Amino acid sequence: MTARVFLVRGLLAGLLAGLATFFVAHAVGEPSVAAAIALEGSHSEDGHNHGHSPADGHSHAEDGTVVSRHDQRTWGLLTGTVAVGTALGGVVALVAAAVAGRMRRLTLGQSTALVSAIGFVSFALVPFLKYPSTPPAVGNADTIGSRTGAYFAFLLVSVVVAVAVTVLAVRLAPRIGTYGAVVGGALAYVALMVVAGRLFPTVNEIGDFPADTLWYFRRASLIILATMWAAIGVVLTGLLLRLQSRERVVIARRELAASL
Amino acid sequence: MSVTSATPVSTPSLPTVPLRELAPWAVLFGLLAALVVFFVSADQGAISIPSGTAIHEWVHDGRHLLGYPCH
Repeated sequence: MTARVFLVRGLLAGLLAGLATFFVAHAVGEPSVAAAIALEGSHSEDGHNHGHSPADGHSHAEDGTVVSRHDQRTWGLLTGTVAVGTALGGVVALVAAAVAGRMRRLTLGQSTALVSAIGFVSFALVPFLKYPSTPPAVGNADTIGSRTGAYFAFLLVSVVVAVAVTVLAVRLAPRIGTYGAVVGGALAYVALMVVAGRLFPTVNEIGDFPADTLWYFRRASLIILATMWAAIGVVLTGLLLRLQSRERVVIARRELAASL
Repeated sequence: MSVTSATPVSTPSLPTVPLRELAPWAVLFGLLAALVVFFVSADQGAISIPSGTAIHEWVHDGRHLLGYPCH
């Protein structure tokens, strides 16, 4: 197997994951986005528009936008989920290619599924726990720079720590056993991320935004992220297993032909 | 009558992809993926390339729902 066959399947898995994510996001997430924008509209009169006035080119109201709300929640959303899905699918596949056959006794399917699961936890779930997604109308426009920086720095720390403890666990497994290596690695990741979470600045710009709308939005966001990663993992693992069994048939035939 | 198939349960070693072969793919696609994620997740928010709001608005809902800081 070559890097190419992994990447091709990763891109395909990511594309399909992006499509699935779009349908879930459109059905589960868009009602919360619409509710938040409606709240923003009703709040903007009392000086509570969080810098979303058309003056800085950032209103969500229909008249102040370059892209209509209809396009944003259909083609725009589709662009975002498919682009991110394809990019992540390709990256996951290349990581799966790097670890295939190098994770002790894990089979191709097992190691690929593990990469997807670790990817979800370190790239989506843990960053979400520290910096949960916020609906439109939440967030101070003046702090977008520091918030974006903190989010991606925390994301980077999470992914680097996840990769490091995984490599360490695989290395240590022959000496301390698989059980000890897996539990130890997971504990090390949790401990280091708790420390990182304490060190990184806390963002709380919710204000008086309704708690129920916020919860529905964040729940939808988590479902959407889980959909994307689950779809990448399931489709990529399935495609690679099919490829593997096809290759095995070819090898078996070759051996049979050679023995005749 | 007793045909025993005493094949030992051995785990066939998986073929690995040589890291030297993988590296250029990883670098090229890694950079491309970072660029794609940047445009969906952060462009015309903290940093604007190009300036304006069209890209931000086009991917607006995806950015919010995928959990990135939006505004």
